[in-house]
Amino acid sequence: MNVLVPLPFVLGLGGAAVALLCHGRRKLQRAIALAVTSATVASSVALLVASDRQGHLVTQVGGWPAPFGITLVVDRFSAIMLVVSTAMILVVLVYAIGQLSVERERLYFHPVYLVLTAGVCLSFLTGDLFNLFVAFEVMLMASYVLLTLGGSSGQIRSGMTYLVINLLASTFFVVAVGLTYAATGTVNMAQLALRLGEVDPALRAALGLMFLVVFGVKAAIFPLFFWLPDAYPTAPAPVTALFAGLLTKVGVYAIIRSQTLLFGDLGRPSVLLLAIAGATMLVGVLGAIAQNDIKRILSFHIVSQIGYMILGLALFSLAGLAGAILYIVHHIVVKTTLFLVAGVVERMAGTASLTRLGGFSRMVPVLGILFLLPAFSLAGIPPFSGFVAKLALVQAGLESGRLLVIGVSLLVSLLTLFSMTKIWGGVFWGAPEPAALSEGPAGGRLRPPSLMTGATGAMAALSLVIAVFAEPLYGLSERAAADLLDRDSYTAAVLGEGGGDLLGEGGGEVVEPASPAAAVRGGDS
Amino acid sequence: MTAVLAVLVGVLFAVGTFLLLQRTLTRVIFGIAVLGHGANLLLLLAGGRAGDPPLVEGSGETRGLVGASGGAGFVDPLPQALALTAIVISFGAVAFLLTLAYRSWLLHGEDEVADDVEDRRIARLAERKEAGQ
Repeated sequence: MNVLVPLPFVLGLGGAAVALLCHGRRKLQRAIALAVTSATVASSVALLVASDRQGHLVTQVGGWPAPFGITLVVDRFSAIMLVVSTAMILVVLVYAIGQLSVERERLYFHPVYLVLTAGVCLSFLTGDLFNLFVAFEVMLMASYVLLTLGGSSGQIRSGMTYLVINLLASTFFVVAVGLTYAATGTVNMAQLALRLGEVDPALRAALGLMFLVVFGVKAAIFPLFFWLPDAYPTAPAPVTALFAGLLTKVGVYAIIRSQTLLFGDLGRPSVLLLAIAGATMLVGVLGAIAQNDIKRILSFHIVSQIGYMILGLALFSLAGLAGAILYIVHHIVVKTTLFLVAGVVERMAGTASLTRLGGFSRMVPVLGILFLLPAFSLAGIPPFSGFVAKLALVQAGLESGRLLVIGVSLLVSLLTLFSMTKIWGGVFWGAPEPAALSEGPAGGRLRPPSLMTGATGAMAALSLVIAVFAEPLYGLSERAAADLLDRDSYTAAVLGEGGGDLLGEGGGEVVEPASPAAAVRGGDS
Repeated sequence: MTAVLAVLVGVLFAVGTFLLLQRTLTRVIFGIAVLGHGANLLLLLAGGRAGDPPLVEGSGETRGLVGASGGAGFVDPLPQALALTAIVISFGAVAFLLTLAYRSWLLHGEDEVADDVEDRRIARLAERKEAGQ
C-alpha cells in the first residue's frame, strides 16, 4: 500500500472542499489554492523520483485485490505527466490571481480550479477503465464551469458547443466501456491487457477504434478537432492557457496509454495513426495561418502540435514513444507560455486581434522576449526545447523509414514559424495602434502587470530548463517509453507475479459474473 | 427480455441522434439525455441476462459462481454499479446544460443554437465578394 500514489488526487479534491467552505474570503481561498497546488507539485515530484527508482507504484483503493477494486498505478510516463501538469497548474494559478477580476474570483473560481486539478491527476493515476471515465468527467465538469464562468454571450455560445461535443464523447466512452466489459468481463486495465488478446480480432479492432474516437475528441486529433479553436479563445486568459496546455494532453495521454497497454500487442507502426498524425499536423497549421486573432492562431496550433505526439505513438518504437513523451512535456510548457503572453497583451490592449495591435516590442520589451522564446521553441529552432523534441521525433521516424510523414512534419514546422512571425509582425512590430494605447502614455513604455508577467516568465524559464537538460530528460522519456512497451511488467505489478487471471478458467468468455466484492466499486466512484 | 432491451438501446440511440441534430437547444439537450440513457442501458446489459437478481443467497462455490455464465440464475452486479455512477454523472451534466440553455435564452430571447462566428464571417465575405462582382 503506497500512500503517496493517491495523494495528488486527494489533495486536489480535499482542497476544493475546504476552499468551498471558505467561500467569500478571497485571500484565504487564494492561500488554500496556492498551498494545495504546491503540495500537489511536491507529491508529484516525489512520485516521479520513486517511480524512476522502483518502477511501477501500485495502490489498490480500499484494499480490494486487483481485478475487483479500483487500482491506481504510477509508472514513469504518468509520473512525468503529473509533474509537468501540476507545475503548470501552479504557475497558471499565480497568473490567474494576478489577472482575474474580483467578481470572477468570487464565483467559485478556486474550488473549481482545484477540482480540475484533481480530475487531471486522477486521469494520470488510474489503472481502471471506468475510473478513467469518472476522472474525465470530474475534469470536464470543472472545465465546463471554468469555461462559462461569468456567463457572457460568447462564452455561453462556445461553451455549449464544447459541452455537447464532450458529453457526446463521454456517452461514447460509456458505450465503449460497456462493450469492452461484455467482451472481457473486466475494466481493470492490466487484466484487460491480458484478456483483450484473446478476444476476436475484429471485435478487438472495433473496440480499439472506439477508444481512439473517444480520446481523440478530447485530444482534438484530425477529423475531431473542430470544436477546439471555437471553444478555447472565449474564456479568460488563464483558463484558456490551462485548457490549451493541459486538457488536450490528457486526451493524448489516454490515447497513448490505451493504444500501448490495451491494444499494443501487435507492436508495429499503425498506418491509420500515421495518417491521422500527418493530417492533424497539416490541417492544424493551415487553420492557424488563416486566422487573424492571437488566441485563435494559437488554438489551431494546439491541433497541429497534437499531430506530432500522435506521430511518435504511431511509429510504435522506443525512440518514437520517447520522442512523443518529450514532445508532450515541451508542448505543455511552451503552449501555456504563449497563451499567457497573449493574455497579458489582451489585458493591456483590450483586444487580441492582429489588425488592431502593434508596437508592443517598443512599449513592452519584456513581453516581446517572453513571446519570442516560446515562439521559436514551438517552431523547433535550435537551441530551444522544441528543437530537441522534434529532433527526437524526426530521428525516430527516419529510423522506421516513414519518410512521407516526416517530410510533412518538417513542412509543418516551417509553416508554424511563418504563422508565429505573423503574430510577431502584427503585435510586436509596427506603429503602436490607438487601441494599444488606451491604458498608457503615448510613445512611452508601459508597465506590464507584474504578477502575470512573472508567472509567464517562470513558464518561459521552465522551457529553457527543458532545453538545457534535454539529455537527462530524454533518458527519462526513453525509460518511460520502455515501460510503455513492456506490458508484462505493468500487468505483473498490478495483478501480482504470474499476471494471474484471478477469476479462473473463464478467460475471455462473453459474460462472466465477478465476485460480489466488485459491487463495492460503485460506492467508491 | 434481453432482446427487447437490446432493441430498446438501438431505439434510444436513434431517437437521441435525431434530437441531437435539431436546431433547437432544448431538443439537443433531450438528445444528450436520451443518448445517455441508451448508453447506461447498454452498460447494464453487459452484466448478463435481464431480470436475474444481481446477488444470490449462499456462497459462491455452491452456486458455481466461478466460471459460470449469466444463465446461472444471477447477473454480474458490477455493470449495475457502473451504470449507477454513469447515471449520476449524466444527471449532473444535463442539469448544467439546462442552466446554460436558460442563460442563453435570457441573453438572446431565443432557444436556437447560435451561428458559428467563423461561419458567419465567411458568409459575409462571400456576400461582399458577390456584391462586388
